[in-house]
Amino acid sequence: MSILVDADTRLLVQGITGTEGTFHTRQCREYGTNVVAGVTPGKGGQQFDDEVPVFNTVGEAVEATGADVSLIFVPPPFAADAVMEAAEAGMRLAICITEGIPALDMVDVVGYCNARGTRLVGPNCPGVISPGSCKVGIMPGFVHREGNVGVISRSGTLTYEAVDQITRAGLGQSTCIGIGGDPVIGTTFSDCLGMFTEDEQTRAVVMIGEIGGSAEEEAAALIADDYPLPVVSFIAGQTAPPGKRMGHAGAIIAGGKGTAAEKMAALREAGVHVVGSPSEIGAKIVEVLG
Amino acid sequence: MKLHEFQSKALLRARGLTVPEGGVAATGDEARAVAERLAAAGSTKFAVKAQVHAGGRGKGGGIKLADSPDEAGRLADAMLGQPLVTPQTGPEGVIVRKVLVEAGVAIARELYVGLTLDRASRQPVVIASAEGGVEIEEVAAERPEAIHSEPCAPGWGLRPFQAQRLAFALGLEGKASRRVAHVMGQLAEIFGALDGSMAEINPLVITDDDEVIVLDAKIVLDDNALYRHPDLEALRDPSEEQPLEVEAAEHSLSYVALDGTIGCMVNGAGLAMGTMDQISNAGGFPANFLDVGGGASVERVAAAFRILMKAPSVEAVLINIFGGIVRCDRVAKGVIEALETVRVDVPIIVRLQGTNAVEGRAILEASEIEFIVAETLDEAASKAVAAASKTRAIAAEAGSGAGS
Repeated sequence: MSILVDADTRLLVQGITGTEGTFHTRQCREYGTNVVAGVTPGKGGQQFDDEVPVFNTVGEAVEATGADVSLIFVPPPFAADAVMEAAEAGMRLAICITEGIPALDMVDVVGYCNARGTRLVGPNCPGVISPGSCKVGIMPGFVHREGNVGVISRSGTLTYEAVDQITRAGLGQSTCIGIGGDPVIGTTFSDCLGMFTEDEQTRAVVMIGEIGGSAEEEAAALIADDYPLPVVSFIAGQTAPPGKRMGHAGAIIAGGKGTAAEKMAALREAGVHVVGSPSEIGAKIVEVLG
Repeated sequence: MKLHEFQSKALLRARGLTVPEGGVAATGDEARAVAERLAAAGSTKFAVKAQVHAGGRGKGGGIKLADSPDEAGRLADAMLGQPLVTPQTGPEGVIVRKVLVEAGVAIARELYVGLTLDRASRQPVVIASAEGGVEIEEVAAERPEAIHSEPCAPGWGLRPFQAQRLAFALGLEGKASRRVAHVMGQLAEIFGALDGSMAEINPLVITDDDEVIVLDAKIVLDDNALYRHPDLEALRDPSEEQPLEVEAAEHSLSYVALDGTIGCMVNGAGLAMGTMDQISNAGGFPANFLDVGGGASVERVAAAFRILMKAPSVEAVLINIFGGIVRCDRVAKGVIEALETVRVDVPIIVRLQGTNAVEGRAILEASEIEFIVAETLDEAASKAVAAASKTRAIAAEAGSGAGS
């Protein structure tokens, strides 16, 4: 198996008729993902690529198609509302790719999703892929290969780099989750680590963190408490100066807190195999899995 | 986006909080005029405060007290146009362009009240301490029990009972307790209304007759929310920002200047940080963080080259692109095309990986421009470090040759 998405996933795309939405919906379908519906308010009744029905509202789309996962490409001013609409319609999982959503909007959205039992992944993330069966996001499918390494990351291209190394080393991935680079996100490292322990396919986890916040330290506390799978980790931003936002809204060392050194120390202390350079991720996971 | 003290105070005053009387001045004469106006209203003490974004101004001599308008003018004259070095600025300091001149306040007690977005609990949190006037990080590190906090739950904000609880925890009573609780409630509302990512009153002063006054304030706004606050966008002070970072932002590039010698151009923020780390582990020093975006288009690559080459210390440029959706052959052509418009006279190391990486590398190798092509991240970083030290050696030789 895998976690979050698999061959049974019935995907809905919010913002399917926009430039990004159109391009990536095609890429997901090419990979084999079952895209059952799209939503663009005002474009209900149209067909996307002659095959996928477009609806005005998420509620209508769910009723007509039984979609259970939503992929969201809505622009920042409307994205928070789009996630809430997905939660209100009873989506099991909402994956929000959008970058640039105000942080306080996400405070409300996370509370709203939690109250309705919808898991949110992101925002500001590449999405989720279970190689070989289902791609829900903007990651390049071809670097992935089905296997038993779970990957969790706050980054996009750095994740592809790590995945590529794992694949070239002859291994593969169970599920890769981009949890997002924003300060307020729906699903954390700890949430994913928990889900991977219940997945028979996953035998080891690669966790790619970065400066800012304390999510890596929380994950370290969870791992220290008898976590059953080996974990390899890289923390980006060892050379980042304090007080500067490094691209991602959440990647900032504030008040001396959230440095890579602190995170690496906490993870090492918890028994995680921490590598100092991103180029060492592939070799380390091979070593760990023997 | 950081706001100046005088801007933050104006926003708090508009919400009914008490701030000292005063005004902003850009010259010594203007500062004297502000102080004379305050003296006419009865003030006998005046504070002259440098308006820079960096914290720790007091320690750097950016906050002075005067006994007369003339002295206030002289103190302002001495500060303006000069670099101010604080624990947060680095040795070169920042130039003071404006000062805030305020009426002196008789202080009985100093408190700390602040708001921040707590990422772990995913909600804003109000933080208060009876030890105001010092850095809250220092208090947190040395005496964590002196720090009290209350969460602002989504949809509910800071409830009055929570604000009262904080005021009591600070040991306040009566009128002062009610007034401080009111300030906390207002600060929480402002934080929400303006899309703050940090708001801080330090110190919040209580006078002998229980007046509660905002003596210093700092507000940081969420850049992602500025689209819905065009009035606040106008408060941006570009003179406080690094010029190359401003130029990069105009091209939608994410750039942070550093003091190393290897210029970096990478697609994606995480990979850009990872590339910097890889350079550092190979014994080199990154000159910058630069994310050209997932697409790495010709226009962006050209703009990135222009910005990289303006940093005088750059001895080599490392381009690291992981082609996902974007194809490496297209990136390679883009790099060559960009170099037709931008002169780059240091070695360029290119590492392309992902979609069509082999084709991309072939295009670079066939080009008339001399690229150092690398396959792995490891190899790219080592080659960049070697190329940078070679550039330095050549420059040193040329320098000694000229001198002899």
